Amino acid sequence: MTLLPAILSQLLHLALMLAAAPLLVGVVRWLKARLMGRQGPNPLQPWRDLRKLVRKQPLLAENASVVSLAAPYAALGATAAAAALVPGFAHGMLLAPMADLILVAGLLALARFALALAAMDVGTAFGDLGAAREMSFAAFAEPAFVLAVLAFAILAGTTNLDAIGTLLQEGMVGLRVTLGLALLALLAVALAENGRLPVDNPATHLELTMVHEAMLLESSGRQLALWEMQGALRLTLWLTLLAALFFPFGTAGADAGPLGWLLGLLAWAIKLGVLAVALAVFESAIAKMRVFRVPEFLGAALLLALLGAVFLFLSTGLA
Amino acid sequence: MGFGQLPYDVAHLLGGAVLLLSFVLLYQRRMAAVINAFATQGALLALAVAWQGWAQGAPGLYVTALVAAAAKAVLIPLALRALVRRFGLHRSAEPALGIGAGLIAGVALVALAILVVLPATTGAGALAREDLAMALSVVLLGMLMMITRRQAISQVIGLLSLENGLVLAAAGVRGLPLVVELSTAALVLVLAGVAGFFAFHLRARFESLDLSLLHRHRGERAEAEQP
Repeated sequence: MTLLPAILSQLLHLALMLAAAPLLVGVVRWLKARLMGRQGPNPLQPWRDLRKLVRKQPLLAENASVVSLAAPYAALGATAAAAALVPGFAHGMLLAPMADLILVAGLLALARFALALAAMDVGTAFGDLGAAREMSFAAFAEPAFVLAVLAFAILAGTTNLDAIGTLLQEGMVGLRVTLGLALLALLAVALAENGRLPVDNPATHLELTMVHEAMLLESSGRQLALWEMQGALRLTLWLTLLAALFFPFGTAGADAGPLGWLLGLLAWAIKLGVLAVALAVFESAIAKMRVFRVPEFLGAALLLALLGAVFLFLSTGLA
Repeated sequence: MGFGQLPYDVAHLLGGAVLLLSFVLLYQRRMAAVINAFATQGALLALAVAWQGWAQGAPGLYVTALVAAAAKAVLIPLALRALVRRFGLHRSAEPALGIGAGLIAGVALVALAILVVLPATTGAGALAREDLAMALSVVLLGMLMMITRRQAISQVIGLLSLENGLVLAAAGVRGLPLVVELSTAALVLVLAGVAGFFAFHLRARFESLDLSLLHRHRGERAEAEQP
């Protein structure tokens, strides 16, 4: 692997992630609207919203501290760093040696921490409520993620995402019960992390049920644009991560030329599209869960991940 | 056979799906959802057995699969649904133990099953060993469901799901005589019949299917222990 293709693919990957994130959100919204029989906004609408928000003057509460100003940058920075690590269309990007799954989990936790801080900064009731809920969900979602990572580490012998992806792509691991259990656990975690439907409704402003939106009530203008971008990027990151772990087909190898990249890009776009359709169908079919049942739902995800890890650990240890 | 070969992988995955459905049974509260999960488990069990029949080249297992599909995926769920409709039990299936505690106990039981089965079967092939571990887990989870539920119908489903585990274990081992299989299936149908009769009788006597009402008649306090 030479340096130049690695740098090029890394830059291309990051630029594509940033460009695709609001588009993906728009596509999911459009698909959901079509499934419900509505016309639906143009998939480019989130991009237009972002452009409008950036031009507006931000309004801050009187007692807002520097946290409200700095938190969106910290959150978006951490999410973008995590997005740069997850292999999209090609393996062997510049940051691939650093692409540790635990590092990705840590960066996402950092972004969530910044979001909760910003929500609590002004001291309004809704912001505090949203932050408290987000953190109590995270207390279940993060261990589930780490346990799923543990299962992959036992299977592949490493927590490096690039190496795991390459190994899974070669099909040496086979179909395992543990992979199925980890898939279910990670799907539940992804839904919770992104505030999607059974956990939180992304399209509502009903006070009693909202989690993610409640934390953004006090931000406006540029800050709101940053938060929206961060949410969209996080969704894209999670879908790419799921694609990299469970549908590793078609991703270009480390030494593939531009032609390999082109095929990889096509495969990546197809995978994201399929996952977006699945998400839209799932969200249209299911109702939101009561807030008090969410810890139960995420606890079940945690137990599934634990079950997968236990199964693998014992059967490899005793076989 | 090892990992990476199709017959092994698919058998492993189907066994895992049956095990997963046992956890769904533990997780669900509502009666209708429990019955649906049980029907799905029966269908998956039939698929798993049929796949074993193809992988082992044993046509007898196809009959087993057919019996499992007919009885467990269609007939028994239909009968249970009729019972539920008749008794008006659509809403409640409150577990005696909490859902979270039940799931944790379930994971512990799976670990126990693996710890017991794998050292005991060192001579056998990998396919038989892990399948046996999963089948034993399904059996134990069925027992757990019988312990954690109060409703008579939920306990019946726990018993039937326990039997699913037995069939899964039998299908993984080569050379199960068809006679044994048929008599087991007949036994399960008899069991279902007896359980239905039991539920009717309970209903007639106490106007409820909540088994905790029986404690009083055994001379125990209501909270003392579960049947």
